[in-house]
Amino acid sequence: MSDRKTLQAKRISGHSGASPGFDMQRDAEVCKLIDTTICIGCKACEVACVEWNDMPFSPTMFDNTYQTMPETRWNFWNLIKFNEHQREDGTIQWLMRKDQCMHCADPGCLSACPADGAIVQYTNGIVDFQQENCIGCEFCVSGCPYDIPKFNPATKKVYKCTLCSDRVGQGLEPACIKACPTGCLKFGTKDDMKFIAEERARQLRENFGFAKAGVYDPQSIGGTHVVYVLHDVENPELYGGLPKNPVIPWSYTVWKWLFKPVLGTLALFGGLGVLLHYVTVGPRRPQPEPPLQKEAPDVHRG
Amino acid sequence: MSTAVERFDDKARRTFDRIGHTEVYEGELLRHRVYTRVLHWVVALFFFLALFSGFGIYLPWLFRWFTPIFGGGPLARMMHPWFGLAFVIFFALQVLNWIVPMTWTAADTRWMRNLKSIVSGKEKMDSPDTGFFNGGQKLQFWEIVGGSVVYLITGIILWMGARTFGRWAVAVSYILHDLSALIMLGGIFVHIYLSTIGEPGTFQAMIRGAVSEAWAWTFHPAWYKEVTGRDPVEACEDARRRGQFAGK
Repeated sequence: MSDRKTLQAKRISGHSGASPGFDMQRDAEVCKLIDTTICIGCKACEVACVEWNDMPFSPTMFDNTYQTMPETRWNFWNLIKFNEHQREDGTIQWLMRKDQCMHCADPGCLSACPADGAIVQYTNGIVDFQQENCIGCEFCVSGCPYDIPKFNPATKKVYKCTLCSDRVGQGLEPACIKACPTGCLKFGTKDDMKFIAEERARQLRENFGFAKAGVYDPQSIGGTHVVYVLHDVENPELYGGLPKNPVIPWSYTVWKWLFKPVLGTLALFGGLGVLLHYVTVGPRRPQPEPPLQKEAPDVHRG
Repeated sequence: MSTAVERFDDKARRTFDRIGHTEVYEGELLRHRVYTRVLHWVVALFFFLALFSGFGIYLPWLFRWFTPIFGGGPLARMMHPWFGLAFVIFFALQVLNWIVPMTWTAADTRWMRNLKSIVSGKEKMDSPDTGFFNGGQKLQFWEIVGGSVVYLITGIILWMGARTFGRWAVAVSYILHDLSALIMLGGIFVHIYLSTIGEPGTFQAMIRGAVSEAWAWTFHPAWYKEVTGRDPVEACEDARRRGQFAGK
């Protein structure tokens, strides 16, 4: 992709008009659109995710819900969360939301991670874990507003949805998108997905009576590369605990990139300080010291 | 202190004195018994293991070359809490051992007020009311006590992680853990300096356990008086008259 972009002709000598194709390339940022109003909870995306990523069978316990398991696991990255919501008029609304990594524009996991190269963000917006560099400290878990990274005690590494970066790199859509039978999942550029999502939300507001329908793309973390269409965008918590205003602890931003190096250097100045003390003031010796020379010889006099 | 602690300390000191020896030659005083010395070096060992394994987690882009010592990043991360726990446990034993001589007194407040003239080297001998430990040593000791409590609480939170204690608890603990480490890192330079080249004759107190009488009347006059019954200033002047210089 970078080659295509850098080798795009910008200006052409002796050519009338604009360079063909210049400024025509689509926005490189990818996005997954999840329309919760169309989801039927078939879990085809769950199966596709497990299949494509070659995950082993994940044992589950039946807990009287339709949900496969309470939350995602290190080897189960894609989970439909079911919530039976009773509205004020007494009617029931069955909410289903596909839960996975949101691929934040400002990823809290990446900010929190202390290991060099364990988390990368590609220019297309995908946030990917590089397990070979992971040290298993689990700071990313505390950085994530969506509780997505999961620790595998056997390998001592953290795993999560890759947005099928391996497929996307080859021009394919993520596995979950390919499996979706209802058109609830769509994949494309961020601009296109936002456009479709806003259109769908407008349709829901104007034609289907969902007055509070809207698009979930939280700006508190710079937007996400997974956006939702929700019946009720004012209460995203109803959809299996989607935070309304996700935040990244400031300790992972201000502290890490400003105070840590500065204060670390200051602490090392303790070493410089004692060295300077020795060469200037000098040590304190047990008394009595031998008497000093009557007159200090002046080395400069020769 | 409760008698149970005193009995425990007494038994430990006697047991270690049976295993090890402290040779006190003529003109010397017993400073630290075997138990104290062993505890000090075990604490020091785990302090540096925890410090070096923590460096790679603190600033990996500067200190990642520390992690191969421990077998790589994941292993350094895995061992760090255990090193820290051992540090806290052995230091807790040292606290029990030292709680009496480390109690803060009015003399220590006076010593701290006088700090400037001691650092600038104007004052050759410490003031006559300086006991077994001076105010600076006690300050560092109690800083490590407080720092260890912070280490232990925040360390367990970081160890168990956000899934146990919540992401905000981890985010706050991370700062407090770092701050505690930074204060102790700054303090360790001063500690090593003063116990080696900064005040010659000190290092042997933690190695052999004995110090020269000259060292004692210079840096801890009240302790010298307590042990020998002689006046430290007179003893020093006496040595000067007889030409017994402590060295260059």
